[in-house]
Parts: sequence; C-alpha cells; structure tokens
Amino acid sequence: MRRILFIIPVVIFAVLIGVLAVLTLQTKDGRDPSLIPSALLGKPAPEFSLPAVAEDIPGGFATADLRGQVTMVNVFASWCVPCLAEHPLISRLAADGLPIYAIDHRDTAVDVAKWLKKNGNPYTAVGFDPNGRVSVEWGVTGVPETFIINADGVVIYKHSGPMTPKVLKDKILPKIREARE
Amino acid sequence: MRRFLAVFTILAAFATSALVSGTPALAVEPDEMLDDPALEARARELSKVLRCVVCQNQSIDDSAADIARDMRLLVRERLVAGDTDSQTIDHMVARYGDYVLLRPPFQTNTLALWVGPPLMAVVVATLALLFFRVYQREQGARTGPEPLTPTDRAQLDAFVEKLAAEPGRPRRKNSLRAEINHPFGAQEGDGGESDNRTT
Repeated sequence: MRRILFIIPVVIFAVLIGVLAVLTLQTKDGRDPSLIPSALLGKPAPEFSLPAVAEDIPGGFATADLRGQVTMVNVFASWCVPCLAEHPLISRLAADGLPIYAIDHRDTAVDVAKWLKKNGNPYTAVGFDPNGRVSVEWGVTGVPETFIINADGVVIYKHSGPMTPKVLKDKILPKIREARE
Repeated sequence: MRRFLAVFTILAAFATSALVSGTPALAVEPDEMLDDPALEARARELSKVLRCVVCQNQSIDDSAADIARDMRLLVRERLVAGDTDSQTIDHMVARYGDYVLLRPPFQTNTLALWVGPPLMAVVVATLALLFFRVYQREQGARTGPEPLTPTDRAQLDAFVEKLAAEPGRPRRKNSLRAEINHPFGAQEGDGGESDNRTT
C-alpha cells in the first residue's frame, strides 16, 4: 500500500513531464506556441476599403476586389526590414501571375513611394493604411503578414513574419495550388 | 525619539505617494478619450480585459504599443456605434481570436487549463491523506521509543549496581535508575554531566 502511494505521484510526474516534452519537441516541426493562430482562417475577408498611396501608384482596393480568383494580401511597410527581405519572393510570385494586394501599414506616402520605386512594385494594388485601422480589421499583429484568399473571398492561410523560400515551397505554394483547383 | 520621527516621516512620505499614485499611469491618451464619460468608463473597463496582442501579457489599457492604441480606438468606435460590451468583445475576438481575452474562456480546448490545477490539488490532497492514514496505521499505538526488554533491563541493572559499588557516589544509583525508567523525564539538577562534577 505504501509503495503504491509512493508510485502514484511519481507516475503523475512522469506523465506530466512526458506530455510537456512532446509539446516542446513539436515546436521543432514549426508549431510555434508564440504565434497566434489567425481568427480569420476559414472566414470571409473583413469588410474594408483602402485609398491609394499616390496617383502614380496603382492602388486603392476593397473587400470586393478579393473575389473571383485566388489572391494574396501582403501587409508591409517601408520601415519594415523583414518586408524588404521577403520582397524578392513577393515579386517572383507576382511575376508568376498571382494578384498580390498590399496593405501599407503605418507608413507615410513619401516613404512608401520611395521604397516602391527603389525595390520595385510587384503589387496589383497598394492600399494606404497610415493609422493601422484596416490592419486591425485583418487582425494584424505585426509586419509583414501574408494572407491567401480563395476565389470566394475566404481567408485560407495566414503567414506571420517574412516569407522564406522554404515557407513559400512548403506552405504557401501548396495552399495556392489547392485553392485554384 | 529623533529616530522615531525619522521613521515616521519616511512612512508618511510613502503613504502620501501611495495616495497620489492611487490611480496608475494611463496608457490611454487624452485624444483617444470619448466625450461621454459613461461610454469612456465602459471603454476603460473593456480595455482592461483585452490583451495587447503583441505584448504577451498586458492589457490594452496598460500598454503603450501602437497596436494597443489601435485596439482601444476600435473598442471606442464600437461603443459609439451602439454595441453592447459583449458585442464589442465578440468583435475583437472575431479579429484576434480568443488570444485577445486576458481571461481565457471556459471551453473544450481550455478544459485542461481550468480543470487541471483544481484536479491536481484534489489528487495531491487525497494522496497526502492516504499516506498519512497508512503511516499512522503502521505506527500503531507506538508513542515513544520501544520499551526495554527484560534482557536490556537486567544488563542496565547490572551496570547500575557496578557503578554504585564505586566508593563515594551514593546518589548515583538512584539517579541512574530514575533515568532508565523515565528516559525523557524531568532531570535532576543540571543533568548527568554536572552531577559528575558536584559529587
């Protein structure tokens, strides 16, 4: 009896450690507990309307523009360094024929115009969101963030942080392919 | 007296500063505030239960982050639009998920969170009680050291007799016997060692 009483807590402790160990090891395969799963997944893109940054930059778009085909919405800013890092990938996706809409998050028109001139503008349209109001509608917590919207205007994927070639190949391209089928 | 005055002054200073800082520093900026004090009060209460989504564990009422400001403005926007408190909360949850709630809701995926700790407490209490019971039973009626066996007693008696036989120590025998019979009882004088010296 006394031995059983000694064993029970040891077993509970071992099980607890085991469960926590499994959960911790899972983070290696990309399950990052610090990432917040988007509440928008599987839901229609939020209602919004964004003005253009300037006359010479194609832009100004709204919820309705995200229907009819698979699109990507990329939240970026000229002051955001990781955005610059993922820019070549965005450009390549756009060159391959994916319409990419940009939300310019908490930026100034002058800065973003300069940035797009320097780094190229692959975007179908750039929406100007200087006070982050529309970003809140999208549940944006930081830049860059990338959403994939299917032809029905439903958000099917969200990537937080800069896209990498690996993320593009393993997550984003399969999602786009799946959505186009 | 001078020291008392010094301590009193310091304490008084602390008390005053505590009173002055009774209302904590606000993250909410004057330009965000609503003109209607009732609505503003509701906005403040709601802000306290909503998490600033980039600050891990700070409410939007406490946080000075840009996004916290955006969220505070959205809360006020909803309230001005006539939303109830729960509609406003739902509006935020629809955008940021359950994570935006500082107090996690009670639902299937948070079951372990809510039920886990009380369950563990019950398990531990039960185990502790069982262990105590078993321990008590094993102890039985035993309250002190085991009683002397007849052999022990005979050996000790022989030892006492031998000591008492030494010349000039007449009191030794009785005090030793008393000690054997009442091992933890009240001792005579300062105890054995000083007994040695006085005789």
